[in-house]
Amino acid sequence: MALLQTKRLTRNFGGLAAVSDVNLTLEDNELVGLIGPNGAGKTTLFNLLTGVYEPSKGTIELRVGKEMQSIGGMKAHKVSQLGLARTFQNIRLFKNMKVYENVTLAMHKDCKYGLLSAFLRLPSFYKEEQRMYDKAMELLKLVGLDSKKDELAKNLPYGEQRRLEIARAMATNPTILFLDEPAAGMNPQETHDLTELIRKIKEEYNMTILLIEHDMSLVMNVCERIYVLDYGRMIANGTPEEIKHNPRVIEAYLGEEV
Amino acid sequence: MNKGVINKLNACWLLLIIVIYALIQGLIGVGILNYYYQITLITICLNIILAISLNLVIGVCGQFSLGHAGFMCVGAYVGALIVQSNPTIVGLIIGLVVGMIFSGLVSLIVAIPVLRLRGDYLAIATLGFAEIIRIIVQNMEITKGASGLTNIPKMTSFTIVYIALVLALIVIVNFGRSSHGRACIAIREDEIAAEAMGINLTRYKCTAFVIGAMIAAVAGTLYATYFRVIKPDIFSFNKSIDILVIVVFGGMGSMTGSIIAGIVLGLINMFLQPYAELRMIFYAISIVLIMIFRPQGLLGTKEFTFSGLRKKGGK
Ligand SMILES: Nc1ncnc2c1ncn2[C@@H]1O[C@H](COP(=O)(O)OP(=O)(O)OP(=O)(O)O)[C@@H](O)[C@H]1O
Ligand SMILES: [Mg+2]
Repeated sequence: MALLQTKRLTRNFGGLAAVSDVNLTLEDNELVGLIGPNGAGKTTLFNLLTGVYEPSKGTIELRVGKEMQSIGGMKAHKVSQLGLARTFQNIRLFKNMKVYENVTLAMHKDCKYGLLSAFLRLPSFYKEEQRMYDKAMELLKLVGLDSKKDELAKNLPYGEQRRLEIARAMATNPTILFLDEPAAGMNPQETHDLTELIRKIKEEYNMTILLIEHDMSLVMNVCERIYVLDYGRMIANGTPEEIKHNPRVIEAYLGEEV
Repeated sequence: MNKGVINKLNACWLLLIIVIYALIQGLIGVGILNYYYQITLITICLNIILAISLNLVIGVCGQFSLGHAGFMCVGAYVGALIVQSNPTIVGLIIGLVVGMIFSGLVSLIVAIPVLRLRGDYLAIATLGFAEIIRIIVQNMEITKGASGLTNIPKMTSFTIVYIALVLALIVIVNFGRSSHGRACIAIREDEIAAEAMGINLTRYKCTAFVIGAMIAAVAGTLYATYFRVIKPDIFSFNKSIDILVIVVFGGMGSMTGSIIAGIVLGLINMFLQPYAELRMIFYAISIVLIMIFRPQGLLGTKEFTFSGLRKKGGK
C-alpha cells in the first residue's frame, strides 16, 4: 500500500488551474523529486498536501496505521499531527524566537504538561521542557546549528535559516518531509552539505522525502524518482535518467539543460 | 536551564517582591502615602493587572483586542454583587473566582466567532462585543442600570491588590515561557507556519484570550471592592483605550514594559490631575511622540530578568 496517494488532484485560482489532475504516489522511505518551470504549480501542490489550501477537486489519501485516510481539505495542524511536515520556499521561521525555540515549538503537539503545570511550574513542566530541549539540540546538531541555539532566528544567515526550517520540520516527528527549494540562495558548498544532510535524514530517520528544487545537479544526484509538473499538469514521472531524456520534459524547459 | 522552582533566580524575585511590598507598606504606615496617593497607587496596580493581561492577548499572541474593559466590567459586577451579599474575605474570594469564571465564559463566547477575524476587523469586533456587554449591564435590573451599584463593601486593601498583581504576573510570565506560550508567540510570528507545525490556531488564540479576560475580571472585582461604586460608564471604550495605551507605551510583548508604563502614566495622570484639559493634551502628545520615536514602545519586547542582569554584570 502506498504511503501517500493523490488522485486527479486539482486546484483552481479563478480561471487558472494551478494544479490539475495530478496523480502522485509516495512509497515508504523514498526520496522523490518534484521539478518544473517557474509557476508550474509545485508549491501549490505542497500547499494542497499540507492543508494550506483545499483541493478544488480530487483526493489526497495518507496511510495512517493500516488504512488509507482522506486528508484533502483537512486543517494544516491536523495534517501535521498525522505526520506530514514541510519547509517553506519563502522562509517562514518564527523570526523573533530563538533558534532552539523554533524547534521546540514544533514539538508542542506532543507536549506532556498542561496549563496548570505551566502556571505553577510543577515538576512535570521542568521534566518535559528538558526533554524537548534535548531533542531540539539533537536536531540542531544534525543540521549543524547547535552552536547558534540562542540566537534569534531572524539573525541567522540565509543558508542557516533554510537548515533551521528543516530542523523545525523534523521536530514534528513526521513520516513524510516536504522540502520546498531547500537549496535556494545557497552557494555550491552549502548545497553540497545540504545534499549530504538530506541523504542522512532519509537513511537515519527512515523518512520519506518529497523535494522541490531548481538545482538540477542536486535533484539528479539524490532523488530516486522524479515527478515533472508543467502548467499544473504532471507531464512525466521516472528515474533521473528517464527524466533527462524525456522529450516532453526537455520541451517544457525549452532547451534548458536538464 | 533551571531544574526546579527553588533556585537562586527565583529567590531574587521573591526578595524583590517582598522588598517592594515592605517599602510601600512602610510609606503608608508613616503616613507619607496618604489617602489621596493610595488611590493613585491602587489605580496603578489595577491598571498594571489590566495591561499585562491585555499584553498577553496583543503582545504575546498577536491578537489585537479593543474590548478589554468589557471583561473587567463582568468581573466588577459579578464580584460586587457577591460581596454585597457576603461582605467577608471569603465573599471576596468567592467573588473573585466567580467573576473570573463568568468572564472566562463570556470571553469564550466572544472568542469563537471573533478570533477568526484579523487585524482591524478583530479590533472592531472586540470593541463591539465590549460595548454589548456594557449595554447589557446598563439595562439589567440586578445591576441597577445606568446608575450602577453603590455601597459596595470595601473589602480590598493595597495588600490584596498587590498579591493579585504578583499572582497575575507569575501566571502570565510562566505561561509565556511554557510550550503553550510559545505556541501563542508562534501564532503572532507566523500563523501559517505555526499551523503547519501542528499548532491549533483557534485553540491557542482562545487560550490567550480567555486567560487575559479572566485576569481582567480580577482587576474588575478589586476595583469594585476598593472604590465601592461602579457604573457602566466606567467600562466604556475609553477604558479599553487607556489599557491599550499602557501596553503600546511599554512595548507589546514586554510585561516589564507594561509595568513601567503603568507606573509612569499613572504618575503623570496624578500630577496633571488639577489641569484636566492639559492632561488630555499632554497624554495625546506623549503618545504621538512615543509612536514617532519608539514605535516598538519603551522596552520593545525586552524583559527585566535577574539572569540577564547577571550576564551583563559578568561582562
Ligand atoms: N494564492 C494564490 N492565488 C492566486 N494564484 C496563485 C496562488 N498561489 C499560486 N498561484 C498561481 O499558481 C501558479 C503556480 O504557482 P506555484 O507557486 O505553485 O508555482 P511553483 O511551481 O512553486 O513556482 P516557483 O518555481 O516559482 O516556486 C502561479 O501561476 C501562481 O501565480
Ligand atoms: Mg514554488
